[in-house]
Amino acid sequence: MVHRLSGIALAVFLPLHFWVLGSAIEGEMSLGSSLAWTEQPLVKLGEWAIVLALAAHLGGGLRVLALEFLPWRDWQKGLAAAAAALTVAVGLALALAL
Amino acid sequence: MLWIAQRASAAVLALCVAVHLAMIIYAVQGGLTAAEILERTRGNAGWLAFYSVFVLAVTIHAPIGLRSVFAEWLGWRGRSRDVVLSLFALLIAWMGMRAALGVFA
Repeated sequence: MVHRLSGIALAVFLPLHFWVLGSAIEGEMSLGSSLAWTEQPLVKLGEWAIVLALAAHLGGGLRVLALEFLPWRDWQKGLAAAAAALTVAVGLALALAL
Repeated sequence: MLWIAQRASAAVLALCVAVHLAMIIYAVQGGLTAAEILERTRGNAGWLAFYSVFVLAVTIHAPIGLRSVFAEWLGWRGRSRDVVLSLFALLIAWMGMRAALGVFA
């Protein structure tokens, strides 16, 4: 469920992300005005959420790949825990940095 | 075929996303301005190649993932769904490469 919801969020976010970065092709001023828009608190919160979703989707995806391709079932718990830890760590790192 | 494509693109993306997350954390230190970003990124062929691979993998991965979501949650199957998702794939490929070229070329 987390994997699915984070995947949908990322699919929605991607075109917007590319659109903002694509404004760089029109020059620094254009990218600058796009980035100014991202200074709003709600947008900041959204950025933090999407990075967390990306980390969660990465963790969930690694878990799926491990379940499907690795024969060592005992590793499941360890990998899932590592994925969760990575998610929290990246989220926190961003929360502190932003 | 789609199953394999989804797993193969996932494996590529696992690496890309890990690098991308590290890059985000590094890049936001001390704030972001357009000038700072572009000064560091412009003319960097290595990163352009990396992000081109990233965009290609996402172009494969996101529509296949949405395909299952549409079928299981919305009951949307068949040709209309696949046409819409193909257009979505084309859109993110075009926008993604435009962004990568804008930032790194």
